[in-house]
Amino acid sequence: MDGEADETVAVGDDCVPGRRRRVHGMLKLYYGLNEEGKAAEESESLDPCDINGPHFDPELYLNKLRRECSLAELMDQETCMVKQIRSLDSDMQTLVYENYNKFISATDTIRKMKNDFKKMEDEMDCLSANMAAITEFSASISGTLQDQHTQITKLSGVHTLLRKLQFLFELPARLNKCLELQAYAQAVSSHRRARCVLQQYSHLPSFKGIQDDCHAIMDKLAQELRQKFRDGGSSAKDLSECVELLLQLDEPAEELCDKFLSHARSRLESDLQGLEAEIRPYPSAAKDASARRSPSLADNSPKFNTLPSPTSNTDILEFIDRGCNEFVSSLCLVITSYQELFINHAQTGELVSKNIPQMANCKLHAFVDNLAARYFSLVERRIQEEKSVGDNSLLVRALDRFHRRLQAVAKLLPGSAVPNKGTEIVIRAATERVKQYLSALQSFYMDSLTDVRQALATPRLSVAGASVAGGGAHLGGPGPGRDAPNSLPELLSSLSASILNQIKSVLASVHLFTAKDITFSNKPYFKGEFCSQGVRESLVVSFIKFVCQSSRHFCESAGDKGGSTPPALLLLLSRLCLDYETSTISYILTLTDEQFLDQHHSPVTPVTTLCAEAKEAAQKLLNHYVKVQGLIISQMLRKSVETRDWVNTIEPRNVRAVMKRVVEDTTSIDVQVGLLYEEGVRKAHSSDSSKRTFSVYSSSRQQARYAASYTPSAPMDTNLLSNIHKLFSERIDIFSSVEFNKVSVMTGIIKISLKTFLECVRLRTFGRYGLQQIQVDCHYLQMYLWRFVSDENLVHFLLDEIVGSSAHRCLDPAPMEQSVIEVICERG
Amino acid sequence: MEDDAPVIYGLEFQPCSVRAPQARALSAQTAETDAIRFLVGTQSLKFDNQIHIIDFDDENNIINKNVLLHQAGEIWHIGASPADKAVLTTCYNKTCDSRVVSCAAVWRMPSDWETGSHESPDDTAHNPQTLELLCHLNDSAHGNAACVLWEPMGDGKRVISLADNHALLWDLQESSTQAVVSNTATLEGKGQLKFTSGKWSPHHNCSQLATANDTAIRGWDLRTMSQIYCIENAHGQLVRDLDFNPNRQYYLASCGDDCKVKFWDVRNIQEPVKSLEEHSHWVWSVRYNHSHDQLVLTASSDSRLILSNMVSISSEPFGHLVDDEELSEGEDNHQDDKGKEPLKDSVVSTYEEHEDSVYAAEWSSADPWLFASLSYDGRLVINRVPRALKYRILL
Repeated sequence: MDGEADETVAVGDDCVPGRRRRVHGMLKLYYGLNEEGKAAEESESLDPCDINGPHFDPELYLNKLRRECSLAELMDQETCMVKQIRSLDSDMQTLVYENYNKFISATDTIRKMKNDFKKMEDEMDCLSANMAAITEFSASISGTLQDQHTQITKLSGVHTLLRKLQFLFELPARLNKCLELQAYAQAVSSHRRARCVLQQYSHLPSFKGIQDDCHAIMDKLAQELRQKFRDGGSSAKDLSECVELLLQLDEPAEELCDKFLSHARSRLESDLQGLEAEIRPYPSAAKDASARRSPSLADNSPKFNTLPSPTSNTDILEFIDRGCNEFVSSLCLVITSYQELFINHAQTGELVSKNIPQMANCKLHAFVDNLAARYFSLVERRIQEEKSVGDNSLLVRALDRFHRRLQAVAKLLPGSAVPNKGTEIVIRAATERVKQYLSALQSFYMDSLTDVRQALATPRLSVAGASVAGGGAHLGGPGPGRDAPNSLPELLSSLSASILNQIKSVLASVHLFTAKDITFSNKPYFKGEFCSQGVRESLVVSFIKFVCQSSRHFCESAGDKGGSTPPALLLLLSRLCLDYETSTISYILTLTDEQFLDQHHSPVTPVTTLCAEAKEAAQKLLNHYVKVQGLIISQMLRKSVETRDWVNTIEPRNVRAVMKRVVEDTTSIDVQVGLLYEEGVRKAHSSDSSKRTFSVYSSSRQQARYAASYTPSAPMDTNLLSNIHKLFSERIDIFSSVEFNKVSVMTGIIKISLKTFLECVRLRTFGRYGLQQIQVDCHYLQMYLWRFVSDENLVHFLLDEIVGSSAHRCLDPAPMEQSVIEVICERG
Repeated sequence: MEDDAPVIYGLEFQPCSVRAPQARALSAQTAETDAIRFLVGTQSLKFDNQIHIIDFDDENNIINKNVLLHQAGEIWHIGASPADKAVLTTCYNKTCDSRVVSCAAVWRMPSDWETGSHESPDDTAHNPQTLELLCHLNDSAHGNAACVLWEPMGDGKRVISLADNHALLWDLQESSTQAVVSNTATLEGKGQLKFTSGKWSPHHNCSQLATANDTAIRGWDLRTMSQIYCIENAHGQLVRDLDFNPNRQYYLASCGDDCKVKFWDVRNIQEPVKSLEEHSHWVWSVRYNHSHDQLVLTASSDSRLILSNMVSISSEPFGHLVDDEELSEGEDNHQDDKGKEPLKDSVVSTYEEHEDSVYAAEWSSADPWLFASLSYDGRLVINRVPRALKYRILL
């Protein structure tokens, strides 16, 4: 029974008749009726367990069920079976009832038919008699009408011919009428219909006449069409209709193309002229114009600049917008309609054979290229006028729009060079922009340097005043130089911060070019070369190089003129360059690389090169600073030695004012350098580096020396002493490189100063008191200068040399008592 | 054989060698073209000053010295006559009435100084002969003499002395025993102007003079005694010395306290043709080699002497031109290649034998490959141009 249910589901569902047939079949089976062929079908259910099969064995089935199923299943099976038995019974009852009814009605029908057939036999006889009569009549009629039929066929043939002829004869008039009514399309189609016939029968004079007439009219029509085409006032639709008709009239397509294009050209050119009017004329043109306007001013050239030059009053975005909306969109229109007319249309018609599409395409390309070139030159001119670097987004947006609109052309006209050229323009504009940014950065840098210079100049005056007023207040650390250079670190930080900010904002501006929503940003140029070569190399790297270069320039230009650059600026710049070397450069480059360099594929200047350059610049500046400051002090010392009459001087009572000034200046330089540079390493001070022990050192040594020098008893000692000292001390390079720390800088300055002192002393001749004055001065310098230098022995050595040299140059060498010298120096 | 071993000679006072004297004045004996001979003048305020005549025996590397007394005062500048070996000029300081005055004079060496020294060097060492004064070049009106210049390649009849702000052209008459001022030029301007040094140009028929005062270099025409050019701010600081290129008439070298050596074309004085900055202190002396003007010698108070090879601005930028002509064409190209190699200007070598400031350096007049330098501590060092370079220049 399961199987039966399954089958019912599988077969029955959709077709109720199927189910009925099955029931029917079962009944048949029950009644022992077996249709032939069915037996074969049923053989499938030989299974004795198939409850629907003919070989069903209840015993086996029951056994099987009992064996296989649980009690609950058996119960289910049982209820199911009862249900099925019940439904089978009711089915059977229904069938029996239906059959009985049908049987009754069938008996009735058979009885009725018996009656009717009798009547029908009579009527059939009557009908066959009538049909025989009709056949007879029909034969007689067709016999009589045979002749007329052929005549009528002939007549109708003549009629159609006549109508055709009439059409031909009326054709000229009709065409004329069409011409009058300007129903050109109808005229053309009429003519087309007649054309072949006329051509065929043109040997007959009358047809020839008609043909000639038609030709004349059609010529006129073509003329008129051409006129209309040429006038160009009509809409694009009219125009295209015109072209279509003309093409049908066998007008040469090439000529039409040309005409169409030249017509379009005139319209586009008026657009271009509108654009051109917005661009300020070339400066030279303006100049010429103004010169022509006012020839009297020709010799007064500066006036030209004051003449109000016609500036473009639209910004670039508006300009590009206008260009896009007017020129580019009408160009697109022209392209589409042209393609519609000459290319797509022609491909369907018979014109393909004449190679028209190719020809037309060539013409279109030339046309578009030509106009686009003019448009591009205008755009480029306008872009070139975009000099101010204020708002880059405007330019970028304008370029984006420009580029985006050109994509439409690219779609319409595949294979055209126009979009590429457009991209080139965008690229050029971008590189140009980068250049402008570079020069803007450079001028910004120079401007900020000027600001710094001014800031340095103003408080410097007050320093000078303070130090003059302050007199001998040089000993305390916070001396007169304190107030002014206080601002040095601030100046430095504000300078470097403002430069950094400027770089950042420029980077941000430039970054607009590569923004995601900009159409051209995914061009390979903007992905690769623009980032690496454009932004990184020619903007950032160039700027850093410029900074280094201009710094170096400060050293060179100031070298000869002698301090046209304030020394503080040199110091500040050197610190700036050093900062660049240590951190700023790598920071800037990392910033740039993060923003612009996704993948390294082109070689770029490595950070180390730039750092090396910056360090070199810093070194140069610092060396130059040392030199300049050294020279300032040298100059004082030199003047003081050269202008004095050392032979006839009085006994020293004081340290000369120059020496105090030297110490003061050195102190203020020390403060100044200390603001920007670290202390640096000194050679470890021996315990005797204090003032007191110095004097011991000095006195013992110098006295020994003088005693040796000027007592003939020990003539060799002095040479020995001096030479031994020289032998063991390293050679001193006076103008040498310094390190980036305060001590080294100060050592350099003091070295230069003292060496000058020495050389000047050697050129003079001294009297007794002259020598003593030098002794006092040197002792004073010794007292204050040792603290600034890395190796105090250097100061000792140079001062000893000075005193020694002046002793040699002395006419009457009688050195002063060391104690007296000390007293004088203590007194100040 | 050792190529570049320098010969060092320490000056000593004769007869009693108390201590080394200071010395600044050095000159080659210009008229002497056979022997390598230098004149050195000492500076001492306490002893009689001397002129040491240093003979260098090139073959044996031996120095012979002779001493002449110069009792007038300490010598600041020495100039040897180009015509007469025995005649020389000095600028010296003398003290009178506790005032120091600079003077200039023409001297003659005693005729037998040489013979005497050869026979018994010890004797002469103990009894140095004295210079014979020919005439004073003093004109009290014109102040302190800075230096005396002989007319280059002249007959030893004309000298120029520079005194304060005057340039005096003297005619020496009656075998140099009488000096007459024939012409003067005066430098006028603000402040106390003072010539520091000068050079008589060997070109233009010896009619030009170049002088240095402060940072400016001036050219003078001796026929009219008027200024013909002036290089203001030639150096950042004091100009210490000048020299004319012996072969290129418009080229001039200068040096100064800005540690630089500059080369000028006096036809275009806006910019130096070349500038060197090799020294680490003031440069006191610059000298062109007399025959190979690419070799330039500079002395500085950084105790160094530097020999530079300035090929690019020399008269022989492509090596020796005479040699080129002698070569056949096949070898010509080869020569060109060789000639182009050393085109770069370079420092040939730095000499560090001195331990004090070097104030003077001179080429020998007899041997173009040999030069002497003198430092303040009285040390005279004789060096040769490195042999490799010498052969490259010659071949």
